[in-house]
Amino acid sequence: MEQASLTLEQVKPGDRLPELAIDVGVTDVVLGALASRDWRPMHHDKDFAIERNGTRHIFVNTPHNAAYFERYITDWTGPRGRLGRIQFRMKDSVFPGDRMVFHGEVKDVARDETGCGWAELSLRLTVGEKTTTECSARVALPTAEDDNPWRRKGAEWRP
Amino acid sequence: MSELPEEVRSWIGQKRYEEVGEFDVERGYIFTSLASVQNGNPLYWDEKVANDLAGGIVAPPSMISVWFRPHYWAPGRTQQAQPLQVHFDLKEKLGLPEAVMTDNTIVFREPVRVGDRLRTHQVLRSVSDEKTTKLGTGRFWVIDVEYENQHGESVGTESYTGFGYRRKA
Repeated sequence: MEQASLTLEQVKPGDRLPELAIDVGVTDVVLGALASRDWRPMHHDKDFAIERNGTRHIFVNTPHNAAYFERYITDWTGPRGRLGRIQFRMKDSVFPGDRMVFHGEVKDVARDETGCGWAELSLRLTVGEKTTTECSARVALPTAEDDNPWRRKGAEWRP
Repeated sequence: MSELPEEVRSWIGQKRYEEVGEFDVERGYIFTSLASVQNGNPLYWDEKVANDLAGGIVAPPSMISVWFRPHYWAPGRTQQAQPLQVHFDLKEKLGLPEAVMTDNTIVFREPVRVGDRLRTHQVLRSVSDEKTTKLGTGRFWVIDVEYENQHGESVGTESYTGFGYRRKA
């Protein structure tokens, strides 16, 4: 059954997304690499990561990082939320044993010329006191109960 | 500081590595990705929700790069295929043995659907002068990857910033 989705009028600048904490293990890092068919050794071979990359362990790869942010955003929006754009900067790596905490804030809410509702989000991934990834995202939200951003095509979709 | 080799300079703005994905977009891999981040969005798990909202099963947008990443092995392949080949070409031509990705921007257009066969190409946008960071000395570069479906519709553009470097002695 479809879960409820946020609508544009329920969201305003300054709103915070609920924090999400995830403990990362070796298996998570390897599964994320496999899920993105990334066979580079620094995502599964600890000796390689230490000796060649100079890091302390294997680390979460880029597409896995993106998939975590996507999950964080759509956990908040519900299934009608449709990602238009995501941008992130990895300042530090996430290693097995780390507890990742996702944080987010609504920066802006608007309708574009086609009537599509958009929320602009500022997001962060922290491990302890350190911000490991900064992220911004633009996600389409329904403007009414019967609106559905997934039905937009071509010129009606301006991510 | 060393000059950028002419060959590398000539790659900037050039459409390279036009490829068709080796396999169709498939649901099993969507489940693997969802499991890797514990994403329970019913749009991807419940066919009725997918049909009602998106007219069929769609892939999570963030999976866009997965569909052209080769499997580790394929019959007849003599060397390991690399995703984002321009990145590896740069490491080789610039003599930078290590590299990391720093920034990633993805713009999502038409939804990617189960059964789609995506096409892609890569464009090197820029290469920086030599810079020194805590990792070592090297160069930053920006590579765009364009993706479209079998109907010629854009499904997205991904832009990577990489840093190729030599570790400090």
